[in-house]
Amino acid sequence: MAKEILMPQLGESVTEGTIDRWLVKPGDTVKKYDPLAEVTTDKVNAEVPSSYSGTVKELVVEENVTVAVGDLIAYIDSNDDDRSDKGAESSQTEEQQGQKEELSDAESSMKTRYSPAVLMLANEHNIDLKQVKGTGRANRITKKDVEQFVANKPVSNAEPEQAIENETKPSVQSSPPETSVTAGEKVPVTGVRKAIAQNMVKSVQEIPHAWTMVEVDVTNLVRYRNEVKDAWKEKEGYTLTYMPFFMEAVTQSLQSFPQLNSSWENDHIVYKKDINLSVAIAHDEALYVPVIHGADELSLKGLAKNLQQLSQKTKSKRLESRDMQNGTFTINNTGSFGSVQSVPIINRPQAAILSVESIVKRPVVKDDDSIAIRSMVNLCLSIDHRVLDGLIAGRFLQDVKSRLEGFSKKDLS
Amino acid sequence: MMGTMNFLQAINLALKEEMHRDEKVFILGEDVGRRGGVFLATEGLYEEFGDRVLDTPLTESAIAGVGIGAAMYGMRPVAEMQFADFMLPAVNQIVSEAAKIRYRSNNDFHVPMTIRAPYGGGVHGALYHSQSLEAMFNSIPGLKVVIPSSPYDAKGLLKAAIRDEDPVLFFEHKRAYRLLKGDVPEEDYVIPIGKANVVREGDDVTVITYGLCTHYAQQAAAALEKEDISTHVLDLRTVYPMDREAIVEAAKKTGKVLLVTDDNKEGSVLSEVAAIIAEECLFDLDSPIQRLAAPDVPAMPYASPLEKYYMVTKDKVESAIRDLAQF
Repeated sequence: MAKEILMPQLGESVTEGTIDRWLVKPGDTVKKYDPLAEVTTDKVNAEVPSSYSGTVKELVVEENVTVAVGDLIAYIDSNDDDRSDKGAESSQTEEQQGQKEELSDAESSMKTRYSPAVLMLANEHNIDLKQVKGTGRANRITKKDVEQFVANKPVSNAEPEQAIENETKPSVQSSPPETSVTAGEKVPVTGVRKAIAQNMVKSVQEIPHAWTMVEVDVTNLVRYRNEVKDAWKEKEGYTLTYMPFFMEAVTQSLQSFPQLNSSWENDHIVYKKDINLSVAIAHDEALYVPVIHGADELSLKGLAKNLQQLSQKTKSKRLESRDMQNGTFTINNTGSFGSVQSVPIINRPQAAILSVESIVKRPVVKDDDSIAIRSMVNLCLSIDHRVLDGLIAGRFLQDVKSRLEGFSKKDLS
Repeated sequence: MMGTMNFLQAINLALKEEMHRDEKVFILGEDVGRRGGVFLATEGLYEEFGDRVLDTPLTESAIAGVGIGAAMYGMRPVAEMQFADFMLPAVNQIVSEAAKIRYRSNNDFHVPMTIRAPYGGGVHGALYHSQSLEAMFNSIPGLKVVIPSSPYDAKGLLKAAIRDEDPVLFFEHKRAYRLLKGDVPEEDYVIPIGKANVVREGDDVTVITYGLCTHYAQQAAAALEKEDISTHVLDLRTVYPMDREAIVEAAKKTGKVLLVTDDNKEGSVLSEVAAIIAEECLFDLDSPIQRLAAPDVPAMPYASPLEKYYMVTKDKVESAIRDLAQF
């Protein structure tokens, strides 16, 4: 008789897994505990062992599909005895010919009870609800299930998918995928990637971005940092980067220009009292934006230390939610991957974001018309044009610039 | 300028600014003068404004009645009922006079009066100091009922109430007074009465609530984010008349609606919210509308465990949202 193989619980907080690769195909003979598939989750990669000996009957889930813990992934024909109800067995097998999921009465009871929202959506998109998998209680089909089904439906050329966009959803997928290009590998979008995508779309859709850039001569700063970096490393145990210097200058300028340390709240603008610097830190495939709280109360050394700790936490994946909350302005170190110019997307609901580009040596014409080799850096600023205008943004950047250019040696203790 | 202050300080600041702005604004109530009010909402105002802050006898019907008379003559009284529970003797003045005079006099008279009252439990107030009375005033056209959920809202809404040309009941959750803190601009701003506010965007479950419960809903929503449950939270801000448009929009957003109040469940203002949703957007619903509220027992118990059982908490809101998300 056909036995169900379910997605196992692979770790305490794991709720779903992606079938990376099936290791068996229908018709294969498997022994109990033989691996059936390779699975990836947020936490671990593992193999799903067979719970029975028998013949693989059907693989229900395709490769690269993400399913919830406890979901049916395959059927195995097996004579392993777990219920010795011989009479029911033959008739049950027959029933299963036509029906994929054979569920107990309690479970199936909600399967065909449709909510008004589900019926309306199904009607609107001409969907046969029997084909939709329910993820609600007792397999009830939820509104979200239908929306998802609609979104994943292959695009028919007759009917553009515009209709599924209700006004609250970001229209990420308004253009149909290009079918003329041979599809490469499909990568499921999970957790962090999904969150990043949503935030970015929301920010771009909601905020009218404006952009501006200044170039800054940081020769003095570079010289100074080179002078002290070895001693620093020895004393503090980590490398002194340029970021704390930029953060200090930005924080000071934010105090003079609170308009950039604010947020748009529909019918009013809120100027934030604290200066909490969000710092974009890329790690692996994801971007994290932990926050240095109360940056205006920290010395250069304090900023450096906080940055170092957050960077460590990011790398070891120990960031807590309070590390990520209440940022008021974002500073982004795009220079670390060699960029010399970028147009950053604002970290909603903040009003502005600054990216610090690579420091590069360039010949510069000085005031007395002589030419000198100077260390130059571009600072790029995106602003929420609802909150502030180019004038204030420009003054702010000039203020940051003059602080950095006027940099002189300081006491780092 | 912006300062972090608690809910009570925001109320105090709004009163002070309005008294500076308009000399017709005055305060009356029990112990509001030298004593500064039992919760100290009017602290320092008697010292600053002298007899524009009036101590009254322990007669709520007179507090309302005097306010109504003064308002009809062009003053802008802000009456304080020491506890919402004590408003009952003044109901005749509020419902039969204040709410109806504009209609009755064909616009010859109107009553630009604000009545402030602390409501709600959670501070061991027991029977006579814990009631939520908003539902009682939720079917009185001519009256507005405003219940703020944060210090920022408290200041902006109280100013709007004082400047309103008609009577406004302004309920302040007494547990919110010192519990809720937040940024409050020290300059003048007004939050419009009659408009609800989306305090959090989400797409799994919609919570519609008001007052202190908004705070719990936000806390619960933040906790549930870790379980990948995305919660939409609408703060009604004004419970009468209701912002139908915002309610319908919020309900449509997810199709799963949880209504939260710390009033008793049956006949609470939520019942009206549920009715609006049923009337306007039945076909957008993906689950039965759920209510989370205090049990239908006569009064807030005094014993701590019972009071805790009676009150709406962050944990109760959290499990109710989770339950709906899984439906």
